[in-house]
This record gives sequence, structure tokens and C-alpha cells, in this order.
Amino acid sequence: MSIKPMDAANLLGLNKFEVDEEEPHIVLDHEKCKPCQEKPCLFVCPAVLYTLDKSGVISFDYAGCLECGTCRVMCKNKGIVKWVYPRGTFGVNYRYG
Amino acid sequence: MSVDEKFDAIIVGAGPAGSACAYTLAKAGKSVLMIERGNTPGSKNITGGRVYTYALELLEPGIWEEAALERRVTHEQMMMINKEQTVKIDFSNPAYNPKGYLPQSFTVLRAVFDEWLAAKAEERGVILACGIKVDDIIVDSGRVVGVKAGADEMFADVVIAADGVNSLIAQKAGLFKDIEAQTVGVGVKEVIELPAKTIEERFNLRNGEGTALLILGCTEGIHGGGFLYTNKESISLGCVFTPTEVTEKKRQIHDIFQDLKMHPGIYPLLEGGQTVEYGAHLVREAGFRGIPQKLYKDGLIVIGEAAGFVINVGYSIRGIDLAIVSGIAAAQAVISGKELGSAYMTELANLKLLPSMKAVDSYFELLEISRLYSTYPKVATNILDVLFRVDGKEPPAVKNEMMKILKENKLSMWQLLKDGLRGFKSI
Repeated sequence: MSIKPMDAANLLGLNKFEVDEEEPHIVLDHEKCKPCQEKPCLFVCPAVLYTLDKSGVISFDYAGCLECGTCRVMCKNKGIVKWVYPRGTFGVNYRYG
Repeated sequence: MSVDEKFDAIIVGAGPAGSACAYTLAKAGKSVLMIERGNTPGSKNITGGRVYTYALELLEPGIWEEAALERRVTHEQMMMINKEQTVKIDFSNPAYNPKGYLPQSFTVLRAVFDEWLAAKAEERGVILACGIKVDDIIVDSGRVVGVKAGADEMFADVVIAADGVNSLIAQKAGLFKDIEAQTVGVGVKEVIELPAKTIEERFNLRNGEGTALLILGCTEGIHGGGFLYTNKESISLGCVFTPTEVTEKKRQIHDIFQDLKMHPGIYPLLEGGQTVEYGAHLVREAGFRGIPQKLYKDGLIVIGEAAGFVINVGYSIRGIDLAIVSGIAAAQAVISGKELGSAYMTELANLKLLPSMKAVDSYFELLEISRLYSTYPKVATNILDVLFRVDGKEPPAVKNEMMKILKENKLSMWQLLKDGLRGFKSI
């Protein structure tokens, strides 16, 4: 191993996560996201969890979420209809921080 | 629920603010329940970062000697980068680290530091409940009387919100609205492991000494900057961006950060290391003017970063020390038995937290100058390039070259003077 540019998925793979399979802590309303022109979530999420699928619809996976809150404060059309921290014990577990 | 089960205080969040508050309250004999959503204190937290030790000394004289700290900061560095070029300033003053006395600051890793501090609070009798997320507050006749976590309800005379930058508890209490995007930065960080010996050789450090480095010019012109802190056996490398400007660039912050890691001024410091963690966190950037108007209501006080207590002056960043001080202030307000809100504000003033933040409030205007993040690092490296270049040809007149550089960077003398004056007035 040495230092090299890593994509977000590989970086997230280094972290310890406990994914809450039952209850997503962030939920989108795609109807609200559709008319959003800027789609800041595509660029500001440090984990790059927001992507566009082939049909131009936002695709989102909460599993690698670092719980920073940037998407919530940047969301323009309020398409993020739920943003809470994961339930106790779930989510990212920083070992260094 | 019987009266016995009611606590003197419930603290939401076992970061430095919460634990310092819990510690101080328990020391004065108060019953304290501290609730942390992470599996362990610090497991949800990220810092640059460092802690200034005066705050630990305020909490308990001498406690720093057993604290989970990384390296005492002996080298304060600033770097400007432009393309492949680098300018670096290295300042060291042995007076910050007098032999046998308390060093001024230490680098830290939060998962380690927060867990240690929370354990100190537990030793004092604080009940620490980890892996529990507080969902809501309980209000009775307008007064906050407890918290809800799932189906569980817990009651106390006072609830202390130490739940960090997103401050969801204060929002639930209607104390303030969600944070505005332009008042925060989003920070990303890699922790890169390297042997202690390698770190000491590369940074010219002796045993236990450390470097704090802030970097300008690595954000594609976006307000923000990079940071590097040497830990015992790792390096914390990160970058903070104003998220509202990221969208305009149409580049992912993760991507811009990877460029910083591979920059010729940074990469040789990391070479051979191994990234072991990638983290991200918001950080308040608005300083004193960003502190919400009211930090308390009946039965509730807000402390730490939830209250906006962060100082960024460009060459140093403070948050953990302010968190600890605000925790102590809140605890002393509770212990005093006086009217809680005003007692808290008085303590924040007495402990010099609010005055310190106010004193550097105008730095905000300096850091608003967008040319700091792209134009000036370019100008600085271009000028140094003129000075140091020797190629056997007749060297050009430096003043002519400097005028050319200003012109190339679309910078007039007038603009330069204006920014200089604005900067000088701010500091």
C-alpha cells in the first residue's frame, strides 16, 4: 500500500460502519428532486453517495454516510424529507477521528 | 417515574463540551447522565486537529499529563500552493513548550481523546450511556424537563445540548433554526499511518514534537483551506470547503481533496504511508457573529459547537478548547443555583470565551476576501519564482516582473492596497 488518489468508495471501505438495514436515516422525495436544477448533493457529499442514474434521477445510498449534514444544509428543493442521525449504535464508527 | 430517577443534569453528547460539563458537575456532587449516540465517545467525531491545553488546565490542573494526546505542537506552519509550486512558513517558539511545563497545544485524534475525557467524567460519578440516540426533548409547561430516546424517557432539572455542529436538540427546542449553508464549512480528512520515526524525520521533529500546518490555494478558489497535523504514528490531512461554492465548481470535494494529497508539496510527507480512515464533518465558520442569539431556554443550555463556538483566524483554528470551556461555564452556571441562562452567559464572559470570540470577529471580513484562496497564493509563488530563478540569462527587473504578475492575475495596485487595508483593519 502506498499513497495514491482513491475514489470515495475505496476510502469508505476503510471505515467501520454498522448499517441500519431497517431504517434509513436519510430519505429523499424524488418528485421534489426532479425539478432541482443545481443538485448540490452531487458535489458536496464527501462520500459521493448522491449520483445520477441513466435517466437523470438522483440515486442515493445511505450506507456509507459520514453523518456530516452537508446535504441537508445544501438541499435546495427540500427533496431530503428526512435527515436524522442513524439510530443508536448504527452508522459510522470512527476509530481515529 | 420516581423522584429518585431524576438527574440533576442530562447531557446530550459525550464530546469535549459534554464531558467537560459532566466532569465539572459531578465534581460538585451533581448527578449526571451523559448520553452518547456513538458506540463509544468520539466515534462520531472528527477534528483537524488540536487542543489548546489551557482549557484542560481549567478543567482540572495537571489532568493533561494523563490525557490521550498525540504530539505537542512545536512547529506552526503555513503553506500556499499554486499548481506544483509551494511556499511554506515554519514558525517555532520554544516558549510555547517550556521544559517541564504545560505545552501550549497538542494534536489529537477524537475517537481517542473523547473516549479518555468521557472516562474521566465517569470516574467522577457521571453515568455514561453510549449507543443511545436522543430523539427529542420533553417539555412540560414550557420548560425542558427531560429527553426521549426511542420509547425511553429520562428526566432532569436541566438538559445540556452538547450534540455538535448540527445541533438538532436546540432545533427541537425551537431555540434556533437549522444552520445556514453559508455559515459552515465541510471538512474531509484522511488519517494516514506512518511510523513515528518517519514522521519525526520528515517534519524535523524530536521525540513527541509535532507540526500543525494550514494550507491555502488548494481549494480551486473556493473559500477554505487544507490542514495537516502530525499525530504520534499518523498524519491527519484534510481540507475544508464552503459548500455553497462547491456546487458552482461542479467538482466533488472528495476529488479536489485527492489532488491536495498528491500535490508535490504534500505527497513526499505522506509517501509510504497508509490511509486508515476517511472522515467528514461540518464546522462552523461564522465565528462570533454566527453564535445564535439565545443559547438557553427554560431547562436547556446549548454548549460547544452546537452553540457555534469555533474560532477560525486563518492561521489557527480553535474548537475543542472552546467546547471544554463552554462545558465548564454551563456546569458552573448550574452549580451556582442562579437563574440559569444569565448565569451561563456570565460564566462564558468570565472564562473569556465570548470576549475571545468577539476579539477576532472581524477576521471574518479578512477571510471573506476571495482572492486569498486562489489569486494571492498564485501571486506569491510567481514572485518567488522570479526571485529564485537562475538560468544564465540576464535577470529581468524584479519590479517590472512583479507588475506583470499582478496584471496576469488581474490584480490592480488599487485592489492590492484595498485588500491589504481591509486585511489590516480586520486583524
